[in-house]
Amino acid sequence: MSTVAPARPASPEVAERSPKKRKGQGTSPVLWIGVVFVVLFCLFPFYWLVQISLRTSQDIGVAALYPPNPTLSNYSDVFQNDDFVAGLRNSAIVATVTTLLSVLVGSFAAYALARLRFRGKFTILALILSVTTFPPIAIALPIFQLWTDLGLNNTLIGLIIPYLTFALPLTTYILTSFFREIPRDLEEAALVDGATRFQAFRKVVVPLAAPGMATAGILTFIFAWNEYLLAITLTTSKAARTVPAAIGNFNDTAGGGYAQPVGLIAAASVLISIPLIILVLAFQKRIVAGLTAGAVKG
Amino acid sequence: MATTSLRGRPPRRRRSLYTGERRLAAAMITPTLALMAVVAAYPIGYAIWLSLHQYSRTTAGASRWVGFENYTAALFGDTSGFAAAAGIASGDFWSAFLHTVVFAVISVSAELTLGLVMALIMHQAFKGRGLLRATILVPYAVLTIVSAIVWQTVTAPDSGFVPQVLSAFGLPGADRVRLASTPDAMAVVIIADIWKTAPFMALMLLAGLQVIPGDLYEAARVDGATKWQQFRRITLPLLRPAIAVALIFRTLDALRVFDLPWVLTGGQYGTSTLSTEAYSTFSGDQLIGSGAALSVITFVVVMAVSLIYIRFVGGNLRDATSENT
Repeated sequence: MSTVAPARPASPEVAERSPKKRKGQGTSPVLWIGVVFVVLFCLFPFYWLVQISLRTSQDIGVAALYPPNPTLSNYSDVFQNDDFVAGLRNSAIVATVTTLLSVLVGSFAAYALARLRFRGKFTILALILSVTTFPPIAIALPIFQLWTDLGLNNTLIGLIIPYLTFALPLTTYILTSFFREIPRDLEEAALVDGATRFQAFRKVVVPLAAPGMATAGILTFIFAWNEYLLAITLTTSKAARTVPAAIGNFNDTAGGGYAQPVGLIAAASVLISIPLIILVLAFQKRIVAGLTAGAVKG
Repeated sequence: MATTSLRGRPPRRRRSLYTGERRLAAAMITPTLALMAVVAAYPIGYAIWLSLHQYSRTTAGASRWVGFENYTAALFGDTSGFAAAAGIASGDFWSAFLHTVVFAVISVSAELTLGLVMALIMHQAFKGRGLLRATILVPYAVLTIVSAIVWQTVTAPDSGFVPQVLSAFGLPGADRVRLASTPDAMAVVIIADIWKTAPFMALMLLAGLQVIPGDLYEAARVDGATKWQQFRRITLPLLRPAIAVALIFRTLDALRVFDLPWVLTGGQYGTSTLSTEAYSTFSGDQLIGSGAALSVITFVVVMAVSLIYIRFVGGNLRDATSENT
């Protein structure tokens, strides 16, 4: 129970063998209906967004199951939209910097919690984790006021700081469990060879914990790419507005306030989802392991 | 004792080593704790301070101490004419509270049921299982605000999938603007949440299923237990820890919900939640004190529920930090 399951399924052998065994029992039709249902449930709504994004502006309101006159014009138009392009840039910077800092700062804290001897460890980890339960709404207004005083409103750093704070608990938690699984002997060998504790951490532990860092990094990136409430509270212009906040703002700028540019919004939504879908599919095992780290340990 | 004498180190040296370790630990943890203090602890204190004041809307920065009046106005309605003077509509809080509870109960229980079904399907061995898991990750990977826009297009009048199906079968309500009708808007918010989050639930429950030893089912089958009996007597009881943790995670998220109702309706048509109510109060209405009070109330509600969470996973924290591996 102490390990994360999805990384190592109970016995791959059983999984390989059982389909042949069960074929004779005739359970498959129900299973296949279930599979079809799940696939439709997951993909069909997204298909709808894609097909709306491929419509011409005349066809937007037309009742049809596919675009009557498919066009990519919404996609080329959205790249002409300054707010969207600036939003993409801002999102990329904010998410990347948050991810790097979160893994760096989080790995320090995690190493101390996993390996070093000091009092009050439990209290500190509990404190750090309690931040994951904070409702962002409770800090949005005070941070806005504080940033106004400090001149950090509508800056990228003004977003990175709170994102880092919300990302650190999970990063620290994931890395703590990874560091604990690295054999102590390796570090101790380094210490005997005259390395300092910090050198042992940097040269021995960090390379071995690279998979854990990747997991924590991906989850942080997804969080920062997704965040909306603080993004709309702490930004006011395209100087710092991230892409979710920019899309929410489309109807004010592009439609002149009277009509939502539905095709444009749909195209922008598809575009910003693609990097995340690729990331999630490429690293699915890591993500599942990271997401379930807390759950399975129960 | 034994190790000390074996290594032949004087106790003094050990103590200094230990001190060095403590210093390093302090240095390594301080950045994290400092961020928590600046971005989490201090703002909460500041929010409480703001909530005890009333702020002028005409003169920036002017404020006066009003004690708990922002709270009493939000919770108990207008007792002293304060709320009317400040522009607070009493009763808004309680409808937001009710909507939040309705949203949390329906979405979390539907996600649990659907997530369990999906997890059981993915746990079966069949060709293309990896492909199914990839499929399930698509809604998870879609941004929350994109999932709002997805369901906006699916339910949009005329071009949406829902009105097209309704009119194809001659059912009523095809031309209703769902996001501007009262029970419908909340239904769309809930469905959008289920679509995005049931897969997440499924992955957590699947991880729980995978640690149940296969021998148990084998033994039950030998004893002649039906599939349903196996599910009731083996799967459900052994899955309980995973279910509990998933439920708590999701409940905490549901109580904080903001993105979906805000993007879909701006918190109108019966979709205001604790978070959207606080946000529209301080952002739209510019009622800083009252908005801060609503934020603090949201914080208290979520914290109260998360105490239950700590009771469940607290034991794991102790394991994770204990010295003996």
